[in-house]
Amino acid sequence: MTIATGQPVPPRKPRVGRALVTLIPYLWLLVFFLAPFIIVAKMSLSTAAVAVPPYTPVFDFAEGFVGVVDGIRQFTFDNYIWLTEDALYTRAYLSSVWIALISTILTLLVAYPIAYGMARAPRAWQPALVMLVILPFWTSFLIRVYAWTGILKREGLLNQFLLWTGLIDQPLTILNTNLAVYIGIVYSYLPFMILPLYAALERQDESLLEAASDLGSTPFKAFWQVTFPLSLPGVIAGCFLVFIPVTGEFVIPDLLGGSDTLMIGRTLWSEFFNNRDWPLASAVAVILLFILVVPIVIFQNRAEKEERSLGKKPA
Amino acid sequence: MSRRLSSFNVVSITLGFAFLYLPIVLLVVYSFNDSRLVTVWGGFSTRWYSQLLQNEPLLEAAWVTLRVALISATVATVLGTLAAVVLVRHGRFWGRTLFSGMIYAPLVMPDVITGLSMLLLFVAMGVDRGFWTIVLAHITFSMCFVAVVVQSRLVTFDRSLEEAALDLGCPPFRTFMQITLPIILPGVLAGWMLAFTLSLDDLVIASFMTGPGATTLPMKIYSQVRLGVTPEINAVSTILIGLVTVVVLAVSIMTKRREVERQRAERLAAAQ
Repeated sequence: MTIATGQPVPPRKPRVGRALVTLIPYLWLLVFFLAPFIIVAKMSLSTAAVAVPPYTPVFDFAEGFVGVVDGIRQFTFDNYIWLTEDALYTRAYLSSVWIALISTILTLLVAYPIAYGMARAPRAWQPALVMLVILPFWTSFLIRVYAWTGILKREGLLNQFLLWTGLIDQPLTILNTNLAVYIGIVYSYLPFMILPLYAALERQDESLLEAASDLGSTPFKAFWQVTFPLSLPGVIAGCFLVFIPVTGEFVIPDLLGGSDTLMIGRTLWSEFFNNRDWPLASAVAVILLFILVVPIVIFQNRAEKEERSLGKKPA
Repeated sequence: MSRRLSSFNVVSITLGFAFLYLPIVLLVVYSFNDSRLVTVWGGFSTRWYSQLLQNEPLLEAAWVTLRVALISATVATVLGTLAAVVLVRHGRFWGRTLFSGMIYAPLVMPDVITGLSMLLLFVAMGVDRGFWTIVLAHITFSMCFVAVVVQSRLVTFDRSLEEAALDLGCPPFRTFMQITLPIILPGVLAGWMLAFTLSLDDLVIASFMTGPGATTLPMKIYSQVRLGVTPEINAVSTILIGLVTVVVLAVSIMTKRREVERQRAERLAAAQ
């Protein structure tokens, strides 16, 4: 060791290193995460053109200040006007939010009993159960959605099973309907809901329930008056983790939904890839971001508070 | 809270896990189906697997995907760990709110928005799209997942160990490498794994980022799936699922064992 001299070492000035540690990830995110949004906003104000890339640039930085001023004069709100005039887009936004809301509630209803059971399971089993919830999350999202197409289609396994049991005598049409989209979303996002719920339930002090029952509360009442309110942070965290990404979901409505399943992620995709209208696709993205910005900010604040309270807990 | 399970608990856990695993199990089982009709059982066969080995474009895509995932997960782990250190250790600094916002927002940001916005960035910068743009995009969103995973490990970490090393004159970088990193290693490894699988899995962002000659496996799978269910895709999926399962289980058992050993060592040290 270099400090064997026994001399007190003058405190180092870690300023430079410290600044560097902050700057590297900070700059990375500024360039690759934040700057793109500004470009999207700018793009949404430009006009589509038949060219490569297929738009008329708003700014011409090569011409310096004059170019920028010229660019601002060329700003056009045509794309946004178009979005409000064509009822298709409004319907797509509304139906995305609606589908996301319903499927968030459905996911909560499916996840809660599972998380509750996990939290009450013997301590020794719990890590294994958590692992079992996380494992499907690691395996490909696309593949898990694809797996459902084989189950839900007309000659698929679910219909075969139902026909075999005699519950139905005609195969049901489930694939390419909104029902299939709901099934796909609940299935794919279930781990995101179970884990925060489990974390909230597992932390709860069991003696609270005993106290409730000693005071004459029925288990049902004790659940609604003690367990559920205490698990609310988990409920809220889980709902955000499901609702926000589902609103912009593309893969599930595209593979499981029908041609009438309107979701904005799909609209954006087809504007971009099929119609090659980059400015319009950008306008769609900007409005989607406006819809999601409030839930995203709430989610961030909660996540950060959660981390901080974890830090304060004695190790 | 843990007590005896009521029958309601047992039923909900059983049904819940059946729901989570049945589709995957069926997919794996039917990848060994001899029949071309995916939902009719025609006997056991591995013919779809041998057919895979002759499917050059698919193998090529798998190789691209693997390279993207390895590079992006590794860089994302370095950047994400740095970001976690900044969030947990650096207290307040100018622009902290923006920084933590940029860490948390990508976790829930819809892929279509991330993909479109990064694409426009690369077009604006005049960068040709292809392999490296996919890598850059994957680094950016997965470093945030790494940051969150490592952060949760860092906040429960006993700071006095670090302070002791610093007081003894160990330079900050060495303190980090010799004290901090070994202790948060399970979190860093988990972060790497998460970044790796996120990259392996991504369809939407890669579709925006890609250029000629850079087709990833999810893009290949997606274009085939749109045409219908094929046993070959079931076989690819099974291989991917098997791979991920083995790696995840191996890593988690390894870190678990390390953890137990570390705790034992700490107890021994405390007893002396």
